Amino acid sequence: MAAVQICEAEKVYIMHGVRDDLRVDGRGCEDYRHMEIETDVVSNTDGSARVKMGYTDILVGIKAEIGKPRPMVPDEGYLEFFVDCSANATPEFEGRGGEELGSEISSTLYKVFSNRNSLDMKALCIAPGEHCWVLYVDVLLLQCDGNLLDATSVAIKAALFSTRIPKVHISEDEEGTKELELSDDPYDCMRLEVEDVPCIVTLCKIGHRHVVDATLQEKACSMASLLISVTRKGTVTCIRKVGGGSLDPESIFEMTETGKRVGKALHAPLMKLLQEEEMLGKKKQKVGFLG
Amino acid sequence: MAVDMRLPAARRQVASLSAAQEKHLVVPGDIITTDVGFMRGHGTYMDEEKLTASVAGEVERVNKLICVRPLKTRFNGEVGDVVVGRITEVQLKRWKVETNSRLDSVLLLSSVNLPGGELRRRSVEDELAMRDYLQEGDLISAEVQSVFSDGALSLHTRSLKYGKLGQGVLVQVSPSLVKRQKTHFHNLPCGASIIMGNNGYIWLYPTPGQQDEEAGGYYTSLEPISLADREVISRLRNCILALTAHKVLLYDTSVLYCYESSRPHKIKNILKPEIMEEIVMETRQRLLEQAG
Repeated sequence: MAAVQICEAEKVYIMHGVRDDLRVDGRGCEDYRHMEIETDVVSNTDGSARVKMGYTDILVGIKAEIGKPRPMVPDEGYLEFFVDCSANATPEFEGRGGEELGSEISSTLYKVFSNRNSLDMKALCIAPGEHCWVLYVDVLLLQCDGNLLDATSVAIKAALFSTRIPKVHISEDEEGTKELELSDDPYDCMRLEVEDVPCIVTLCKIGHRHVVDATLQEKACSMASLLISVTRKGTVTCIRKVGGGSLDPESIFEMTETGKRVGKALHAPLMKLLQEEEMLGKKKQKVGFLG
Repeated sequence: MAVDMRLPAARRQVASLSAAQEKHLVVPGDIITTDVGFMRGHGTYMDEEKLTASVAGEVERVNKLICVRPLKTRFNGEVGDVVVGRITEVQLKRWKVETNSRLDSVLLLSSVNLPGGELRRRSVEDELAMRDYLQEGDLISAEVQSVFSDGALSLHTRSLKYGKLGQGVLVQVSPSLVKRQKTHFHNLPCGASIIMGNNGYIWLYPTPGQQDEEAGGYYTSLEPISLADREVISRLRNCILALTAHKVLLYDTSVLYCYESSRPHKIKNILKPEIMEEIVMETRQRLLEQAG
């Protein structure tokens, strides 16, 4: 991960600040930075979203393709994740430098979305055993300023909300061969149910307390972090520990409780914002990358 | 526990309060003048008898010399500049310091004050003990002593006010936003101290007590700082970021005015776009009144 070098004295300052619940930028231990979310930024995808949190900038594009369903579950579609750490973010990601981080993030996303209840996979089925929708989710890290997974999960949820999959009509001709016809009407499309898609909360342990939405400097002071994916009802779908330090079972319990609380509070404002954006329709001011 | 999500808003052009002079702004490729009588300075090149800009910035004209001063650039050091830098490497008889310039700056072992303040020739033991004084990752404040032929800066900390920095917060801004002043070390009346490095690195730290004044940076106190001091430092940090976002020149007065305008708001709310705009407008107003 793009890490910053900080000295002992700065680390001590940050740790004492976290202990007193006043972080360097004035936030409390459970406050997120100001987030800006925009959907439909990439025109040739079926759904896209861009999330800016501090200086962290994540772009997600979703393309729906017709493919063969997995043999174990013939009546469901599936998701494929690919995370690209752009060299834009830091020179360390040049060439193959960002591959390690990218594969780490994508394996976490696979784990989070492997839960049967997050997304209705049966809705992605066209013809059981033969055709189904495969959603290729591409995540592009444009700028890294800490807390990549939280921003990525919010961006994926927003992109899934804005995804429009064209409706398919299966027609059989005389010889019995099936033909798939995609509807030409751009408004005749299927939307996905994203109510139960989880959001990831990263909690970093600094000293004896833990913080949400750590910046790169705070990350450099923490030895271990916990990744929790939480749905809107507060159910935990996946927990992962990252980092070289050890975590006490007591602190894991406390951090999980905080994660549940914070994660639950993420969903309501996000859905409200996405619905608000949709209501604006044509009146929406497209900001994109040059705003 | 607050979550603030919103749709992005396009940046609005803030109406210029002082319409005194129209600035001549150029982007790379813009023709500055076709008059052949001018000498070309930094940031320009000759393209078929026409003087063209090679960087994005403001055109400066001094008699017959035309140069373009870029808005966002790496730090180009001059002798006498005060910089805040981070040690990246410990080499033989010198340290490499990162100062946001094109090349890492150099801090020679002979340019630092030895502990105890003795004036003696540096011995082999001093060379071996370099890491005990300054390690990789440490922050220092120093002054530019000279510039090497390749453009790298040679720093020195041969004064008690320079040296290793203790507890505090580093804010990184563009070097072009830091105003050149007589002194770059300020003890702000709001209760914190600030070092404004010409290289864009600004260091905020709690005002040291009387007894620490002459320490010279050898003893880093790791005592917890009081909550009141922390609040002042966090508020200053957010104010500096707000001023940077609106491209206001940074110097002690502008930072102080911004701090005072931000008093009614909560520290963490200062970075919200609408509150940033409000605070910076007020600061600009006060600065104009003070100047005019």
